[in-house]
Amino acid sequence: MPVLAPIGRVFLAFLEATGRFGLFTGTALSHCLRPPFFPRAILHQMVEIGYYSLPVVGLTAIFTGMVLALQSYTGFARFNAESQIAAVVVLSVTRELAPVLAGLMVAGRIGAAMSAEIGTMRVTEQIDALSTLSTNPFKYLIAPRLIAGITMLPLLVFVADIIGIFGGYLISVYKLDFNPASYLKLTFEHLENIDVVSGLVKAAVFGFIVALMGCYHGYHSKGGAQGVGQATTNAVVSASILIFASNYVLTALFFGT
Amino acid sequence: MTDTPAKIQIRNLHMSFGSKVVLNGLDLKVGVGESVVVIGGSGVGKSVMLKCVLGLLEPEQGSICIDGEEVVGMSPKDRDRVMRKFGMLFQGAALFDSLPVWQNVAFGLVQAMGMELQKAKEIALNKLAQVGLGPEVGELWPAELSGGMKKRVALARAIATDPEVIFFDEPTTGLDPIMGDIINDLVVKCVRELGATTLSITHDMASARKIADRIAMLHGGRIIWAGSVADIDHSNDAYVDQFIHGKAEGPIKMEVRA
Ligand SMILES: Nc1ncnc2c1ncn2[C@@H]1O[C@H](COP(=O)(O)OP(=O)(O)OP(=O)(O)O)[C@@H](O)[C@H]1O
Ligand SMILES: [Mg+2]
Repeated sequence: MPVLAPIGRVFLAFLEATGRFGLFTGTALSHCLRPPFFPRAILHQMVEIGYYSLPVVGLTAIFTGMVLALQSYTGFARFNAESQIAAVVVLSVTRELAPVLAGLMVAGRIGAAMSAEIGTMRVTEQIDALSTLSTNPFKYLIAPRLIAGITMLPLLVFVADIIGIFGGYLISVYKLDFNPASYLKLTFEHLENIDVVSGLVKAAVFGFIVALMGCYHGYHSKGGAQGVGQATTNAVVSASILIFASNYVLTALFFGT
Repeated sequence: MTDTPAKIQIRNLHMSFGSKVVLNGLDLKVGVGESVVVIGGSGVGKSVMLKCVLGLLEPEQGSICIDGEEVVGMSPKDRDRVMRKFGMLFQGAALFDSLPVWQNVAFGLVQAMGMELQKAKEIALNKLAQVGLGPEVGELWPAELSGGMKKRVALARAIATDPEVIFFDEPTTGLDPIMGDIINDLVVKCVRELGATTLSITHDMASARKIADRIAMLHGGRIIWAGSVADIDHSNDAYVDQFIHGKAEGPIKMEVRA
């Protein structure tokens, strides 16, 4: 049947891509757990992801906290429930906005850089050269990035939590004329461990996704500069979509009934 | 030279990408200590052949033996052991641009042999000197080098671990004739000093004549002619004649469009 052939082809291509991706993920994870490790490469990636992303993530967090306070004030003022602002800010920031926005910013910053770097190494045969020098590219290139992504994003998000809450505090105290002490008291009254912990777990998952997508698309890029550009786009887009999707799943797991 | 024990023995190698058949029953033997040069037009699969030997590509069919040991389908651990016998000069140099030149040269010493950085640097600078580059070049980054210097650094990296077998993928292409000849001399000199077996690829006949003990011509996915350098000028093979004289007319039809 001429109609079924293309459908079959697409389905087979899909299966092949899924299999390839599954194999890549499994190999990458197994190399994260088995020695030898490359401490210098891991440290380098940690600094790159954790330290150099701080300004971007910090700015994102502070404006998000500020806008949350402002929006909920204009909304809640109608119902005379300004005291809820502290709760809205602290819960939205820790549970959702800090991890998701930090994940997205890091996807744009780090995921893109990873796939561009690894992709360039692929098309200029540097990855082949690694193998001929008895160095496994998964160990040397991919495992350090995954390890750094998984460990650094929670730290970044923890900082973003604090800065985001501080942003809400700034607006509430200096613009909306709340009492600083009672705002802080309300903030901590509403905050529970699970809010922060769930956000940090999400962050670790997002860090894994960003690094994995950056590495996967870079590693499989082909066809020169254009291929590397395509890989970079794919890495950022797929990481962003997977962040949103897994965010839903994780929220359902933590708070779903 | 054909009765020396084989260092590399390739038998009936097949490889294709999608519907495009690149290697179609290739046989080649490289004896211990021998220098074999494979010539052939652009895109006939010379680099693919090397990558199969290096284990970077998995051939569809056929056998590759290194020192009599089958390497096709080998476990990663054994593959790693065999890989340590190899040095490779890539067509595009393939230097790591995140590392300074001396660390590129020292890479195999540090990663594969677990040598200390300071000791590896000493050896790396020695190898750079062997290819005519001073220690100040060691501190530069690959992006700061010219094409000829990159090739020299790549050569130094390929010989850094004193490998038993060295592969050269077009050591002279993209260089001016003088620099090309300098690289040829370096290749010959380095190989002599190490006593290594080499398998090289080129479509530069001057280079082939200089570095080869034996020349093999790859066409249509297999070796169509092989013989000593002295024999190539009277091979009585229309394909070889056309290639070594670089004529557009002849039995070889270049695929101008892919
Ligand atoms: N990874 C790959 N995927 C798909 N096709 C490939 C791949 N590698 C090589 N090919 C194809 O195999 C053929 C042989 O390529 P190869 O690089 O071996 O040529 P070559 O003989 O080294 O040519 P040149 O002298 O120009 O380097 C080419 O047609 C190329 O398009
Ligand atoms: Mg080639």
